[in-house]
Amino acid sequence: MRRFELVMAAAAAITVAGAADAMAGPTLDAVKAKGFVQCGVNTGLAGFGSPDSAGNWSGFDIDYCRAVAAAIFGDGTKVKFTPLTAKERFTALQSGEVDLLARNTTWTMSRDTQLGLDFAGVNYYDGQGFMVKSSLGVKSALELSGATVCVQTGTTTELNLADYFRANNMQLNAVVFEKSDETVAAYDQGRCDAFTTDASGLYAERSKLANPADHIVLPEIISKEPLGPAVRQGDDEWHNIVSWTHYALINAEELGVTQANVEEMKASENPDIRRLLGVEGDFGPMMGLGNDWAVNAIKAVGNYGEVFERNLGANTPLQIARGMNALWNKGGIQYAPPVR
Amino acid sequence: MSSPADIAPSRPSAWNDPRVRGLVIQAVTLIAVIAAGAYLVHNTAENLARQKIASGFGFLGSTAGFDISMHLIPYTVQSTYAVAFVVGLLNTLLVAVIGVVLATAIGFVMGIARLSPNWIVSRLAAVYIETVRNVPLLLQLFFWYFAVLAAMPAPRQSLELGAGFFLNIRGLQVPSPILEPGFWLIPLTLLTGIAATVVLAKWAKRRREATGQIFPTAWAGLGLIVGAPIVMTLLAGVPIAFELPVLQGFNFQGGAVLLPEFVALLVGLSVYTGSFIAEIVRAGIQAVSHGQTEAAYALGLTRGRTLRLVVVPQALRVIIPPLTSQYLNLTKNSSLAVAIAYPDLVSVFAGTVLNQTGQAVEVILITMAVYLAISLTISLAMNVYNRHVRLVER
Repeated sequence: MRRFELVMAAAAAITVAGAADAMAGPTLDAVKAKGFVQCGVNTGLAGFGSPDSAGNWSGFDIDYCRAVAAAIFGDGTKVKFTPLTAKERFTALQSGEVDLLARNTTWTMSRDTQLGLDFAGVNYYDGQGFMVKSSLGVKSALELSGATVCVQTGTTTELNLADYFRANNMQLNAVVFEKSDETVAAYDQGRCDAFTTDASGLYAERSKLANPADHIVLPEIISKEPLGPAVRQGDDEWHNIVSWTHYALINAEELGVTQANVEEMKASENPDIRRLLGVEGDFGPMMGLGNDWAVNAIKAVGNYGEVFERNLGANTPLQIARGMNALWNKGGIQYAPPVR
Repeated sequence: MSSPADIAPSRPSAWNDPRVRGLVIQAVTLIAVIAAGAYLVHNTAENLARQKIASGFGFLGSTAGFDISMHLIPYTVQSTYAVAFVVGLLNTLLVAVIGVVLATAIGFVMGIARLSPNWIVSRLAAVYIETVRNVPLLLQLFFWYFAVLAAMPAPRQSLELGAGFFLNIRGLQVPSPILEPGFWLIPLTLLTGIAATVVLAKWAKRRREATGQIFPTAWAGLGLIVGAPIVMTLLAGVPIAFELPVLQGFNFQGGAVLLPEFVALLVGLSVYTGSFIAEIVRAGIQAVSHGQTEAAYALGLTRGRTLRLVVVPQALRVIIPPLTSQYLNLTKNSSLAVAIAYPDLVSVFAGTVLNQTGQAVEVILITMAVYLAISLTISLAMNVYNRHVRLVER
């Protein structure tokens, strides 16, 4: 029944907010009243959001939820996670069941315009790829005409797959499952020749297979998949909070602020660092938060590079290179507007 | 004294008249229900508009853009969502119809086996029923799908069953028929054979009830329904060519394929629902008074004939209502297909289409309406049959 109360509270809050000043943030008020952020995450994608055997959540998107919670409450543990499948994620956000959807969701025009939600930045630039068994002897995705491909339902993956095969005049046999676990299991057993999802997902799933070395990820990236957190439309303040938390983490990496040195950095003479960490200016209160919003976020999860390395980096089973997700001045395209 | 005609019955005032009160209360309730419904619809539409979520049924005309692994009507990635809806619907109906037939067959066999005087047969039937009834259907579907998949060879090492049939992990590859001119005679013969068998069965029943002589209707029906079309095929010069599946690259090209998803769903649903039907059949048969069986044996009827002619017709009255529920359960349980990649209505429409368009309200409403229509049709058909076999009281 908590969910019902939450929906009723959100509906009542939206009704009230509709009549009141647009600056008032119903989501922030509701979150502050509850005392935690309700975050929609993946049911289990290694590196992005998955629970361990004790039920503790960890992952790239999980850290983003914690950063937002820390920015609001000063404590990154004030967050509860709702695991969502690809099918139910948007309905959960639209209905108010979750405040924030951090579930490796691709930012597309139809999702931005037709679903009543807004994306708060791109926290991972990804693209769709294919994984095949090395024994097939396939070296390129263009050789896959007539192949059977396992794919998860309700994702841009399904559409991109059909588009790619159509554009290259290849014949497709798609086998569509609801959960990624079954998709990968069927691929592993040999029901399909290839498995397709975002490249980050391919590495994540390969690390879980019985013999990761038997599978190769084909070089072609067939789509643009800018993954980012999403919030409901109509609450600009909440959207600001989530986007600027993301931008703060990127600016922190750019300026050399880490989880370890954030307290000392407050004494820095660099005006960018002083503005970011709230020593100068009133940027936090402009969003309805305290001045130490960025300090708390960085203290909870580190800067963007640290979040990446902890969940997807060289010391994890995924070993994903920074690639496009490096900073704009380091060969990638992660670029944040300045805090000023 | 005053006669009965002098004392008129007192008419109650309008408020105390139970008929008037009943009408007023019903009218008020009806208005309240309609008002509540209208409020919900209006509120939903307003909320959708305020949150800028697209609404309306126009999305049905948009291009689908995704592939469906099994489609009984022509479908490409450029077909519309409406065509995808029909594909999903036909897949659900296919599984439901064949599942109902199979489940009934399994249920009746197992139910009667459970009552067999042969100890091993009845124990085996009991083990089957108890095990299958108590394991959740989703787990059984996973078992049938993944356990069966694990046993299948890869396409390049297919099991060749001869005559163009190949069995591998991608499914059962079968030759597909190419119909040549003159083919129309064969379905015509088939339909004639079915009609003739029905007429023959009625005539045989009348003759049995009048004279007690039994006519081998089953064999005659087999000859008419199977034999006659085969003879007609030969007479017409075999107007069917077959396209054989050939291994090319990753998979077999040509011919048709029976997907393992379809087979796993069908077998899983039939076995599961069959166990429930078995218990219903057992209840129905045990509900028939034992005196009937004893009298039939006393007349010299064999056990098979007793069951067929005396017990089961009476048991049907008890069996049909719960059997209807099981058919409805089977139809609705087929929505679990999405867990094993079978593209039924829920998987295609309430899954992929819902996610691509985001219009949850319209899609779910349509899906619920479809399932309601299917269930009501099954109920209607079964109720008609129920009235047919009902005990006619004097």
